[in-house]
Amino acid sequence: MSGTLDKLVHMANQIAVEFGHQQPGAAVEATYDHLWHFWDPAMRRTIVAHLAAGGEGLDPVARDAVVRLAKRDAA
Amino acid sequence: MAWRGEIDLGTRPATSEAQVTLSIDGQDVTVPEGTSLMRAAALLGTNIPKLCATDSLEAFGSCRLCLVEIDGRAGYPASCTTPVTPGMVVRTQTEKLKKLRRGVMELYISDHPLDCLTCAANGDCELQDQAGAVGLREVRYGAGASHLGQAKDTSNPYFDFDPSKCIVCSRCVRACDEVQGTFALTIDGMGFASKVAASQAEDFFSSECVSCGACVQACPTATLVEKKVAEIGTPDSAVVTTCAYCGVGCTFRAEMRGEELVRMVPWKEGKANRGHSCVKGRFAWGYAQHKERILSPMIRSAIDQPWREVSWDEAITYTASEFRRIQDSYGKHSVGGITSSRCTNEETFLVQKLVRAGFGNNNVDTCARVCHSPTGYGLKTTFGTSAGTQDFDSVEHTDVVLIIGANPTDGHPVFASRLKQRLRKGAKLIVVDPRRTDIVRGPHVAAEHHLALRPGTNVAVLTAMAHVIVTEGLADEAFIRERCDWSEYQDWAEFVADPRHAPEAIAPLTGVPAESLRQAALLFATGGNGSIYYGLGVTEHSQGSTTVMAIANLAMVTGNIGRPGVGVNPLRGQNNVQGACDMGSFPHELSGYRHVSDDAAREMFRDLWGVAIDHEPGLRIPNMLDAAVDGTFKGLYIQGEDILQSDPDTRHVSAGLAAMECVVVHDLFLNETANYAHVFLPGSTFLEKNGTFTNAERRIQRVRKVMTPKNGYEDWEITQLLAQALDYDMAYDHASQIMDEIAAVTPSFAGVSFARLDELGSVQWPCNAAAPEGTPVMHIDGFVRGRGKFVRTEYVATDERTGPRFPLLLTTGRILSQYNVGAQTRRTENSRWHEEDRLEIHPHDAEQRGIVEGDWVRIVSRAGDTTLRALLTDRVAPGVVYTTFHHPSTQANVVTTDNSDWATNCPEYKVTAVQVGKSNGPTNWQEGYDALSRRSRRIDAVAAE
Repeated sequence: MSGTLDKLVHMANQIAVEFGHQQPGAAVEATYDHLWHFWDPAMRRTIVAHLAAGGEGLDPVARDAVVRLAKRDAA
Repeated sequence: MAWRGEIDLGTRPATSEAQVTLSIDGQDVTVPEGTSLMRAAALLGTNIPKLCATDSLEAFGSCRLCLVEIDGRAGYPASCTTPVTPGMVVRTQTEKLKKLRRGVMELYISDHPLDCLTCAANGDCELQDQAGAVGLREVRYGAGASHLGQAKDTSNPYFDFDPSKCIVCSRCVRACDEVQGTFALTIDGMGFASKVAASQAEDFFSSECVSCGACVQACPTATLVEKKVAEIGTPDSAVVTTCAYCGVGCTFRAEMRGEELVRMVPWKEGKANRGHSCVKGRFAWGYAQHKERILSPMIRSAIDQPWREVSWDEAITYTASEFRRIQDSYGKHSVGGITSSRCTNEETFLVQKLVRAGFGNNNVDTCARVCHSPTGYGLKTTFGTSAGTQDFDSVEHTDVVLIIGANPTDGHPVFASRLKQRLRKGAKLIVVDPRRTDIVRGPHVAAEHHLALRPGTNVAVLTAMAHVIVTEGLADEAFIRERCDWSEYQDWAEFVADPRHAPEAIAPLTGVPAESLRQAALLFATGGNGSIYYGLGVTEHSQGSTTVMAIANLAMVTGNIGRPGVGVNPLRGQNNVQGACDMGSFPHELSGYRHVSDDAAREMFRDLWGVAIDHEPGLRIPNMLDAAVDGTFKGLYIQGEDILQSDPDTRHVSAGLAAMECVVVHDLFLNETANYAHVFLPGSTFLEKNGTFTNAERRIQRVRKVMTPKNGYEDWEITQLLAQALDYDMAYDHASQIMDEIAAVTPSFAGVSFARLDELGSVQWPCNAAAPEGTPVMHIDGFVRGRGKFVRTEYVATDERTGPRFPLLLTTGRILSQYNVGAQTRRTENSRWHEEDRLEIHPHDAEQRGIVEGDWVRIVSRAGDTTLRALLTDRVAPGVVYTTFHHPSTQANVVTTDNSDWATNCPEYKVTAVQVGKSNGPTNWQEGYDALSRRSRRIDAVAAE
């Protein structure tokens, strides 16, 4: 992975871990919402493309949130 | 306004609501109970002669000049120490009083040099005034012992001390004690031998004096006088304006002679500073005239080329053409802008408008990204508003103060003085900080508890405090049921009550003894009004936002929200951090913290600005740099910010800047970022512009132009020129029109205008129809978001871990005499107190490494390495090292990493794993960077058109 992609994966995982603790039952939704509201579209496209390429390194909650991002971007 | 000293009513105001009526010189006057006769008379317009009295200090009663006669009382009491009583009949001028006063004044003058015509205080001397007021016409006492002819102490860079002119009124000593709280001055000796002494009779520079200027301001003679007054003369006009340093937002009278600034005197009416100041605001403004200031625009095609001075027209046209070229080549989103917390609200608003409307994207961010962005996120989530809850006056009503991750005596010294005043009156103090900062223990101030936690463990400590409060049954359930979401509280209470959050469980992790933490939590929950003050030691962590929410939880669970004396108080680092955030500087928010996806908000802006606003968030500063390295971000307009020195992981910042095709630096000096710039637009200082700053208590205050901009334009005008060159029409004639636009589109500013600020002095937002005079304390009747939100705060360890290669934890901060990256203060005499950044290291860690005091040491992290000299101290615990980041030669941020807060990307400056060892000299990076700087700062001096 590139340096930037590494960072995005790390950032997404950080967000997922936090929401996993804050809202155990709604962590995916909260992580998705955070990515949607705070990440620039190019950052979102990069992480969605990474998911399409296998999503290496993504925490399960982050992965599910990015799946939701991909669906919304595709809609 | 024409110059005149501020009115001095002699003694402090009384706060009693009970009123007392008395007669003074045949006139009735009604004043609050507890008022002195001197003040009551002054309120009537009668100025009783005085020397030792001034209304910034407690009455002292030593000069014996303010004597009065009172019916039914024997003798001649001092009016400064005599309180009013109902029906009192007072005379301030009788034959006996005149004789007594002349006699006293004659004694003073007999031991005072009669050099009034050449004295620096000529025309601004209370001794001179009072000699006139009492009608002194002769001095009968001639030769004999005197204090004349003593040597001046000129050691302080900003003021002189001439003991020959001292009348030993003790005003300077009392100011140092009562106002500043440093207790650096004393009266040494007794009787005729009495004299003012700094510390142990040292010179002022070597003493404990912190050069706040309170003593100079209090001195009624020329004993303590500003060097500038001696050099220039007395001022002939004064304009009230706001300091350009920290987030306290002190207001000053800029006292002028023509367009020359003579001195900055703290304004007594200032609601943030209440007449006090620190060494930076009071004295460190010389950078505005510094020879290194750049006054002509410059451009160059590549950063290895020398600068070429050009006209404003060429610079602006070139910049606009470059940004359009880049957008045509790389797309609309390939450029952006950075606003500054050092600039005014109006300037900041205009830069974000330029980006959103002129560039057509939301790639705007602000330096708050790297300091208080977690405050915005955390307080908006829990309370509904991205701001502190109180005014600074609130500290006078607090009973227990919890300071976490802040060093107010260095970073926010004027607030620290007010805090210390309250502590000396009995309030209790809890400090949570890895370092033993000065507030932990000082003259007549001592923290009840200092929780010297391991860097990076704030969340664990705060959650453990909540654990104690909840499990001990100390939660304020009535408050919580009324104000907060009860079900969320129950969930949170269950979470914090878990034994894994107990002080005993987390002690091995945090290094905080469990019993100390328990006692601190109990004190906060049971000690009365509890207030929390915090700084960047909270926000600049990977869990910065979580820590802010943990603070909010603590305030809510104890019911400490919504009244004076309590609350959550972020101490903002720079003067306009709050304002920059309010003004829509973040890439996801429009002014007033409305998300860019808010259709109604965007429509409002579209209607006013004539262009559609992008509904997607833009790039944050670190994301811009990442995108630049990746080749998709190519142009950046930076107003008043030095990201190369202030942002983390310097190598990455430099790589990002170097990858761009047009970097525009709009600043006073060729800062470090300018080494990578293609366009330099010279900026104006706070003395040269109109506008407003918003301080840490949400207080909006005027910045007033006192001299013509040396660069030719106020900064907002330069942004406007750039917008016009980009074919986006801006046509403001005055900064007030920008504020009018801000008010029109920002609900919390709806009632703000320059006229309103001139009328009220200042207002705290929200200022609107519901609160026409502003809002000193927020969330009084309920939280802005409705019900307060408790958020679970699980401690998550940072990825920045110590280990065999990097066994120490580095944390960073600032020092009193310097400010941020030092661009301003390094160009003043303040550098005499802090000529270089040093590495604080515990003697035990130093000994293990063979390091002694003053050694050059190399500090290395996973990000980089640098060298600086060692300072051995037990202020830091073993395993922790500390440095400041004020000097570019050190570049502390070469060492810090790009770890950041999970929610906001605020960098984790406060935790870096490092190793330290002896060094023979600069690192390769430092040598290389020094060469680059020299090469980059070359200027081909071609006359501008």
